[in-house]
Amino acid sequence: MRPTPFTGEQDKMTPHTASSAPDAQKLQTLSGAEVLMRALDEQGVEVIFGYPGGAVLPIYDALFKQNRIRHILVRHEQAAVHAAEAYARSTGKVGVVLVTSGPGATNAVTGLLDALMDSIPLVCLSGQVPASLIGNDAFQEADTTGITRPVTKYNYLVRKPEDLAPAVHEAFTIARSGRPGPVLIDLPKNITVGNAPYIPASQTPMRVAKGTAEPDREAVKRAVAAMKAARRPLFYTGGGVINAGTKACENLRKLVKLTGFPITCTLMGFGAYPGNDKQYLGMLGMHGMYEANLATHGCDVLIALGSRFDDRVTGRVDAFSPDSFKIHADIDVSQINKIIPVDQPIVGDAGRIIEMMIEEWDATPAYAHQADLAAWWEQIEAWRALNCLRFTQDQAPDAVIKPQQAIQRIYELARETGRETYVSTEVGQHQMWAAQYFRFDEPNRWLTSGGLGTMGYGLPAAVGAQIAHPDALVLDIAGEASTLMNIQELGTIAQYRLPVKLFIINNHYMGMVRQWQELLHGSRYSESYSDALPDFVKLAESFHAKGLRATRMDELDDTIRAALEHDGPVVVDLCVTEGENCFPMIPSGAAHNEMILGPEQEERGAKVTREGMMLV
Amino acid sequence: MQQETPGSAVISLLVDNESGALARIVGLFSGRGYNIQSLTVAPVDEVGRQSRVNIVTTGTPADIRQVKAQVARLVPVSRVVDLTAEGPHVAREMAMVKVVSSGEPRTEALRIAQAFRANAVDTTATSFVFELTGSTDKLDSFIELMRPLGLVEVSRTGVAAICRGPQTIQSL
Repeated sequence: MRPTPFTGEQDKMTPHTASSAPDAQKLQTLSGAEVLMRALDEQGVEVIFGYPGGAVLPIYDALFKQNRIRHILVRHEQAAVHAAEAYARSTGKVGVVLVTSGPGATNAVTGLLDALMDSIPLVCLSGQVPASLIGNDAFQEADTTGITRPVTKYNYLVRKPEDLAPAVHEAFTIARSGRPGPVLIDLPKNITVGNAPYIPASQTPMRVAKGTAEPDREAVKRAVAAMKAARRPLFYTGGGVINAGTKACENLRKLVKLTGFPITCTLMGFGAYPGNDKQYLGMLGMHGMYEANLATHGCDVLIALGSRFDDRVTGRVDAFSPDSFKIHADIDVSQINKIIPVDQPIVGDAGRIIEMMIEEWDATPAYAHQADLAAWWEQIEAWRALNCLRFTQDQAPDAVIKPQQAIQRIYELARETGRETYVSTEVGQHQMWAAQYFRFDEPNRWLTSGGLGTMGYGLPAAVGAQIAHPDALVLDIAGEASTLMNIQELGTIAQYRLPVKLFIINNHYMGMVRQWQELLHGSRYSESYSDALPDFVKLAESFHAKGLRATRMDELDDTIRAALEHDGPVVVDLCVTEGENCFPMIPSGAAHNEMILGPEQEERGAKVTREGMMLV
Repeated sequence: MQQETPGSAVISLLVDNESGALARIVGLFSGRGYNIQSLTVAPVDEVGRQSRVNIVTTGTPADIRQVKAQVARLVPVSRVVDLTAEGPHVAREMAMVKVVSSGEPRTEALRIAQAFRANAVDTTATSFVFELTGSTDKLDSFIELMRPLGLVEVSRTGVAAICRGPQTIQSL
C-alpha cells in the first residue's frame, strides 16, 4: 500500500502561509498553481478529492510543495465528486474536486449533475489544455465549460492570470450561497504554469448571490395565519432545511413542537427533525409511509419548507394534496409554482423563514383548533397502526434473509453501538428500504443521491464522509449492482485505511428494475439479472479489506456485529431473497391515496395506468 | 389554478457581457423545452460590460413566469423583465428583403415598398433590397406582399424592445 504523499516532511515552500508583511515583489512571482493553493487556503479548504493528469500537473506540483491542504486520491473522477458531495453534506462545508482535462472533466459530469440536483455546494477545478491550443482538438482537450454548463450552477474558463484568484473566491461564494450547487473552474495549463497575482477575497468584487434577501414578513404572517386556522395541518420539509444549517434544524424542531402539527420529510430532508419522534410520520412519496402519504392527501394546510414538490413526492400532480392550502418556502424562486400551484409562497432561506414563523406563531392569538387537531392525530394514528413496513421474516436458522430484515438489523445494531453514524446509499430498492427503516436524530448524517438517482454514489460518498469524520461509523447500504459501478473505490478506502462498512444487499437483481418489470412489464426481467457477480468476500480481501458473508438467518446478526466491530474496512455480502418488492408504493401516475401496500397489509390500491408507465 | 391561454411574450434581460453568457441563456431555453421565437443581443452600456438580450417566447402566463424565474437564476443575468406583462412597450425589428423581378411585378414591389416606407438600400436592373423597420406584424405582411413579386431572400434582426414612458429595465 502506498503511503499518502502529504504526511512526510516535504514542506519545501509554503507560499500561502506567509504571515509577515506581504512583499509585493514576491507575490508577483507566484505561479498560477500557487495562487490557486493560496486562494483555496483562504477559502478554508482542508481536503481536495482528485485525480492527476497532464493538464493539472502544475497544480499537483503546488499541492506537493505545501502541507495545509490534504489531497485524497480517488480511483475515478466520478468518485471524486461523490466523495466531495458527501464531505460537503456531512460537514456543511464546500466540497472541492480536482480533475484533469478531457476525460477527467467528462468523468466528473455525472457527479456535478448529482450535486446540482441535490443542492450540494462544490467547487470543481478542472485542468485544460493551454489557451493557445484551445479549439485545436488537442490531446485530452474537451469543451469543459460547454459540457458542464447545464450541470453546474456556474462555471468559469480562466483566461487571464489576474482572473484566477477572484474566480476561486467568487466560485466558493456562488457554491455556498442561495440555493447551493456545484461550480466549475476550468484552468488552462498556461494559467497555472505562468505567474499570476494573488488577489484576496476582500478585494474581489462578488456578484450578489441570488436568494439571500430577507424573506417577506407579510408573507410569513399570512402563512402563520393559515397555520393557525388549520384543522388538519402537515409540515412537509426537505433538503433546504438541512442546507439552511443545524440552527435551522433546531428551530424546525421548536416550530413543530410549538404547533403540535405532524411532519413528513423528503428523502433529502432526513434528520432535520428527529426520526423517532412521535410527531414524525416518516418519508412521503413513491415509497413513503402510508400515514405520511395519506396525511399529505388529506391535510387542509400543507407547509412545505425547503422542499420542491419533486415527482417522486407528488405522484399524480392533479391529485396531489387536493384540498389543502399550500404554503411553500423556498430559497429558489423558480421552484415556486413550478409543479404544484401554491397559495402562499415565501422566498428565502428556510432557516430564517422558520425563525420568523416561530416569532409570528408566538405573536398571534393562540391556536384554537386543538379538538380538530386531536381528531386529525387520531386519524393519522389509525393509518400508522396499519404498520406499512411490516414484513414476515421466516425465523428458522437456515431461512433466507429478507432484504428488509437485513437493513432493519443493520440499523438497529448500528444504533446499539451508540456511535456517531453516517449512512450513504447507492440507488434502488435498498436505498428505499434504508430510507424507510433508518431513522436519524441529527441532520447531515444521511447521504444519498436523491434527485439524479446515481447508482455508484454510495461507496465514494462513504469515502467522503469517513475522511470528514475519521472517528465516526460510516455505512454504505448498497445493492450488488450499484456497488459494481464504483467498486474501484475500495482502492481509495484501502489506501487511506478508511474503516467504511459496505453492506451489499445482494439479491442478484437490479432490484428496483426487477420490481418495475414485475409490476409494469409482465414479469419480463429484461437484462436486470446480475449475472457473473464477483465473490465479494474475495474481492474485499484483494482490496485489503475484511470480507464477510451471511446467507442464512442465523448468520445475519453475528455478521453485522462483526462488521461493525472490525476496526477497518469491511465488505459484507448479505445474500437475500431475490424477488422481494419495496412497498408501500405509489404506482406511477397514481395519487397518494392509491398506494400499493405489501402482501402483509393485504389492501390493494390502484393498478398502474398506461399513462403512468411513461412516467418512469 | 385557472386554465391560462398561451400567448407570446417579450422578455428583456441585462446580462454581464462575458464569454458563454448567451450560451447559458439559450441552453436553458432548449434544455427546459422553452421556445425562442426571436432573439437579439448587443452591448448596451458605454463600456460594453453589459448586454441586453430580447427574447420573444410563447407559453401560458405560468410558463412565462417559470421562464423568467429560471433565467433570473443565471449568475450573469442581472435583470429580467417581461415587457408584455409590465405594460405598454415598443417592440421593433428590421428586415432586409430581396426581390428579383422585372416589368410589372418590379414596379408593384417598389410601389408597395413606398407604402410601407421601406428603403431600397440596394438597387440593380433586376433586383431590390428593401430595408424595413417596424413591428413583427408589419414585417410579416410586407414579406407576404412581396412573395408573388419576386421575393428571393429575407434577413431579419429579431425583436428589440423597450418599455414606454420614463420607466427603464432597471426601474421596472
